[in-house]
Amino acid sequence: MDETSAWSWEHAAAVLPDLLEGLQITVLATVVGMVIASVLGLVVAMVRRSGLRVVTIPVGFLVEFIRSTPLLVQLVFANLLFTQFPSLTIGCVVLGVHYATYMSEVYRAGIDAVPKGQWEAAVALDLPRSRTWGAVVLPQAIRNTLPGLGNYAVSMFKETPFLFAIAVVEMYTAAQQYGADTFRYMEAITMAGLLFLLVSYPTSLLVRRLENRLA
Amino acid sequence: MPENDTTPAIEFQGVVKRFGDNVVLDGLDFTVAQGDRVTLIGPSGSGKTTILRLLMTLEEANEGLILIDGDPYTHEMRGGKRVAIPDKRRSLVRRRVGMVFQQFNLFPNMTVLENIIEAPIHVLGKSKAEATTIAEALLDKVGLAEKRDERPTKLSGGQQQRVAIARALAMEPEILLLDEVTSALDPELVADVLGVLRNIAETTDITMLIVTHEMQFAREVSNRVLMFDKGKIIEEADPETIFTSPTHERTQEFLRAVL
Amino acid sequence: MSDNLQQFVDLLPQLGEGILVTLQLTLGGAVLALLVAFTLGFGSRAHTRWARVPSRVVVEFFRGTSLVVQIFWLYYVLPLPPFYVELDPLACGILALGLNYGAYASEVVRGSINSVAKGQWEAAIALDLSPVHRLRRVIMPQAWPLMIPMFTNLLIQLVKGSALAAYISLHDLNFFTNELRERTSDTIFSYTVGLLCYFVVAYLLTLAMNALEVRAKNRLGTGPTLREVLRLAPVQTTADVGAGGPAPAATTASKGGDRDG
Repeated sequence: MDETSAWSWEHAAAVLPDLLEGLQITVLATVVGMVIASVLGLVVAMVRRSGLRVVTIPVGFLVEFIRSTPLLVQLVFANLLFTQFPSLTIGCVVLGVHYATYMSEVYRAGIDAVPKGQWEAAVALDLPRSRTWGAVVLPQAIRNTLPGLGNYAVSMFKETPFLFAIAVVEMYTAAQQYGADTFRYMEAITMAGLLFLLVSYPTSLLVRRLENRLA
Repeated sequence: MPENDTTPAIEFQGVVKRFGDNVVLDGLDFTVAQGDRVTLIGPSGSGKTTILRLLMTLEEANEGLILIDGDPYTHEMRGGKRVAIPDKRRSLVRRRVGMVFQQFNLFPNMTVLENIIEAPIHVLGKSKAEATTIAEALLDKVGLAEKRDERPTKLSGGQQQRVAIARALAMEPEILLLDEVTSALDPELVADVLGVLRNIAETTDITMLIVTHEMQFAREVSNRVLMFDKGKIIEEADPETIFTSPTHERTQEFLRAVL
Repeated sequence: MSDNLQQFVDLLPQLGEGILVTLQLTLGGAVLALLVAFTLGFGSRAHTRWARVPSRVVVEFFRGTSLVVQIFWLYYVLPLPPFYVELDPLACGILALGLNYGAYASEVVRGSINSVAKGQWEAAIALDLSPVHRLRRVIMPQAWPLMIPMFTNLLIQLVKGSALAAYISLHDLNFFTNELRERTSDTIFSYTVGLLCYFVVAYLLTLAMNALEVRAKNRLGTGPTLREVLRLAPVQTTADVGAGGPAPAATTASKGGDRDG
């Protein structure tokens, strides 16, 4: 352990393989989490549109509840509750469910943005309900939701470090472990932060371009 | 301040304005005498509104000079070079110019009265009492005395535009720019606004520059009409002449289309 | 279950303390975030490159590196050489939350100011109001009501982020939740209690922000007074508030005045 030098490039290099391994888990969790969030979010949005108060009220409350309580606490809770599953699985599912509550709002806005005339045209053509949704409304709505999806993917990526709390070795946890082993927190945590920036900033630029293209 | 009667109120010297590759004003020269009421007509995109926006410093000319009462406004020649005038000095000249917009642009966070007294108090340094007295007289003049404490959003378009006129007049401008002030109004509200403007034209000697599609109004109020096409003045005359016997072919076409 | 309740009642003083710490983090973080947001938001709109470029860099830096990394960096790395700055854990939490959410909120400030109709700027120029005066008396009063709903989202995000405090030795609501679990050995009970507490905090903050929004809109002359809303019972907007997540809520529709040439 080298107390005298503030920044050691050797340690910065040495932690990198661990971090890149962690990055794979981080990306995996983000991808799986977003797939769950996208599918579940759409289901929630459609259920909430159904107008059946017996369903919409409890679902509405649950969405509000999950959205306004900490992801961190939810992760720990789920991990304690479902000990039979691996932490990574639980992490992905909790991330997915948490973000599904955001995504359902994105879908809702996307569906609302489909002009009323489209619904009326579908009625005028006497299309069945499934075709109205599947062939007319959703294709247009989903286009509207792409920027939102991209934005949330970026923010989920930046929230995967919360998985440290359930001992999933994603990128931050890898840094933390290296720091604990070598007492070189400086290089480990700084490098982790920079790697997050290195991935998230270009991605958010891409999303912004997508946003402008679709606008 | 008007120095003497021969100094033009407004003078454009070789003004060029480009938006990207699009040349909106192409080396424009013209003068407006003190107390003139000039209407600018021409097809849309011919540069009329741009002239008003240049005079309000909402746009900046790429080349040429603009003088107000003989004073350089946004740029001046110094040692043979065209240099920008800093905002502090521009502002002193800008104070003599007022503008009424197509979309009224009243401040929604202020009442009618507050809209009118804001600038006289904070720009001209008037006391609140004095500004209020002037504002009330102006509201009376535009027929909206009873609306002084209303929010602009509660007024009709015509009423909002009359408040906007009062707001511009409260700054005691020497030059008033009117940018299609009736275009955003429902037809039945146009007459009131034009009535107010006619009244101002009759009772003051403010120099007016008017962009409008209301040819009848232009005929009644203005003493000079400039026909614009592609950033140039192609014809200029008193309203009688231009509306009854235009000489330029483009003017004839244009008037046939709008009258 | 009655056993659980007994333990819960015994722990009530700790619950009070936990909520207090969470609120300190939230309010401290929010005040700092607001300062950061206005500084960086205006910086990002500046005409001079010297203000604009650094503002953008700082915003992207704090948005791009994760909150978790930031808070632990302040906690673990800052006391090390060459910094030797040992922050109080509460200060550490407030600083991380304030900088992170301040960076997001600066985008809200920027976007809201940009979406005030162009004609309002032009009218202010036509009346020769000074640049500072334009912003203070004309633009900000109109941009502020646009900012509030997005600030509400970020405030709730901030409350949620504050749960990290338990990992830097603060005894906040998250810490209390774990404490309750250890005492009762009942995961479902203790975590339901903990999450409900967070929910109540978030809900009350949302109500307060909604009241602020109603007042701001009323000042603009576009909505009912707060008293009218309260008399009519449920606030009409609650259903829509809270939409959007951490990052993306910052996009605002821009409405520009039309004009012809």
